[in-house]
Amino acid sequence: MLTVKDIEKLAELARIDIPTEEKETLRKEVEAILGYVGEIQKVAGESAEKEIPNHRNVFREDSNPHLSGEFTKELLEEVPRRQDEYVKVKKIL
Amino acid sequence: MSIDLKNLTIKSAHDALTRGDFSAHDLAEAYLAEIEKKNKKLNAYLEVFDDVLDQADEADKKIKAGKAELLTGIPFAIKDNILIKGRRAGSASKILEGYFATYDATAIKKLKDQGAVFLGRTNMDEFAMGGSTENSAYGVTKNPHDETRVPGGSSGGSAAALAANLCLAALGSDTGGSIRQPAAFCGLVGLKPTYGAVSRSGLMAMGSSLDQIGPFGKTVEDAEIIFEAIKGADPLDSTSRNFPKPKHNKEKLRVGLLKHYIDEIGARGISPEVMENYSKAKDGFYDYPDEFEVAELPFRGVSALAYSLATYYILMPAEVSSNLARFDGVKFGLLEEGNNLKEDYFLTRGRGFGREVRRRIILGTHVLSAGYYDAYYNKANTVRSLIQKTFAKIFEEVDVVLTPTTPTPAFKIGEKSSNPLEMYLADIFTVTANIAGIPAISVPSRPVSVEGKQLPIGMQFMANHGREDILFEIGKKFEKMVA
Repeated sequence: MLTVKDIEKLAELARIDIPTEEKETLRKEVEAILGYVGEIQKVAGESAEKEIPNHRNVFREDSNPHLSGEFTKELLEEVPRRQDEYVKVKKIL
Repeated sequence: MSIDLKNLTIKSAHDALTRGDFSAHDLAEAYLAEIEKKNKKLNAYLEVFDDVLDQADEADKKIKAGKAELLTGIPFAIKDNILIKGRRAGSASKILEGYFATYDATAIKKLKDQGAVFLGRTNMDEFAMGGSTENSAYGVTKNPHDETRVPGGSSGGSAAALAANLCLAALGSDTGGSIRQPAAFCGLVGLKPTYGAVSRSGLMAMGSSLDQIGPFGKTVEDAEIIFEAIKGADPLDSTSRNFPKPKHNKEKLRVGLLKHYIDEIGARGISPEVMENYSKAKDGFYDYPDEFEVAELPFRGVSALAYSLATYYILMPAEVSSNLARFDGVKFGLLEEGNNLKEDYFLTRGRGFGREVRRRIILGTHVLSAGYYDAYYNKANTVRSLIQKTFAKIFEEVDVVLTPTTPTPAFKIGEKSSNPLEMYLADIFTVTANIAGIPAISVPSRPVSVEGKQLPIGMQFMANHGREDILFEIGKKFEKMVA
């Protein structure tokens, strides 16, 4: 059984503000979904055998770096709060 | 001049463009005029670009220079979660209000290289979470076949745009059926390629072990042309790869039917129209014994498939909760300010994300939390590997598996929006292909009559990894069978 307190805890972990009046609805919905997905417990089999995936060594060679600052301007233009070349956030200490 | 948009395909448009029957400019103008007439009502496009005719003029230059490729001058609609450099992109979410893409998705780049024309960005369920476009922050899209019904989702805007002749081709993304389900609801062909066949660079991530970009086309041939244009390994997506060119098939295609699986799902609600349509489709293959060998696959071993949907609704929210952590009001999009940084996060995410997105993040956080990780996430991974093994066995016996694409035709707007679990059931036939990473295509079957309206229905074909060629082959044959 999921409680409203559980929902609050999960919302805290996920950094989402959930309006008080939505918490009970959300609790009911999440509980119903968990009830449904919980049916996979019926499938036999303890742990999956690890198979070797097709993808190997997908890391590129550490070479041909792009020019310093090449993308800076465009990326910084999307930042909601900035100061010069910096992303600005509120004090965390 | 008037162009018959309804019967236009990519090939016929390409031929007309290169012959000079009409120009890319004329074609783009014709689509813009249709959009002007119909989009207000349908809400398929969130934005129509203001430089469409300039793009078309560029394409005309290429055509005049004799350098036309198949997609040169072909007008596309693009789902709002695929980035086009310098243009707004928002996944139909408030949290990306004001965001402009800083680079091209690889699939977009490949279309640009051919000289395709982008008409606009299309509506969708917020962050591709939903099966109806009702979860869009910008209002629902309507199904052109019956405006009281949904176009499906999450790529509902792309599907509605193509079905209403507001574009000639479209791109969508498919995590659990988001291309195939709207294709089925709107009477189109929709392809989810093999996992890794098309680069996801520039696609907003939802469930990274499941997501694929794919095409919508009016015909199987159109979907094939687009897929050929966008596929291929990409250094910017480490899961992408090139698949070896498949050897040509044996004379007969072996078509597999999953009778017990269909019956099992049927018990949970396949509409009689879909069931009847499926039976007819299946019987159709028996009618051509020279071309097809039909095999009913025994239940033994396929039982894990019945748990696909439950598995999907554990793995996907888990990945969602992690992928959407990046939307925090710091790097891009919306910022709702609080008294401190932590409050900034809570308010930005609380107000920027819609209900379904919040629901899935909470669900994903739960299934990944220490006390429940083994019971849900780990168990789902076990079932996933069983499903993959099941398909490996199935494809030893047959080339392609046939199922309906959806359990019902398009449902009414509002019919399922208050019950998330019921909405999830719309994905029941489509999620299996995403879980197994195999390609699947939805091809229109004969339409059915519901409440006096003719509604499209789709049949789904699934094949082994890298075998889109089989899907195109059987899809083209099926198109003729139902014509």
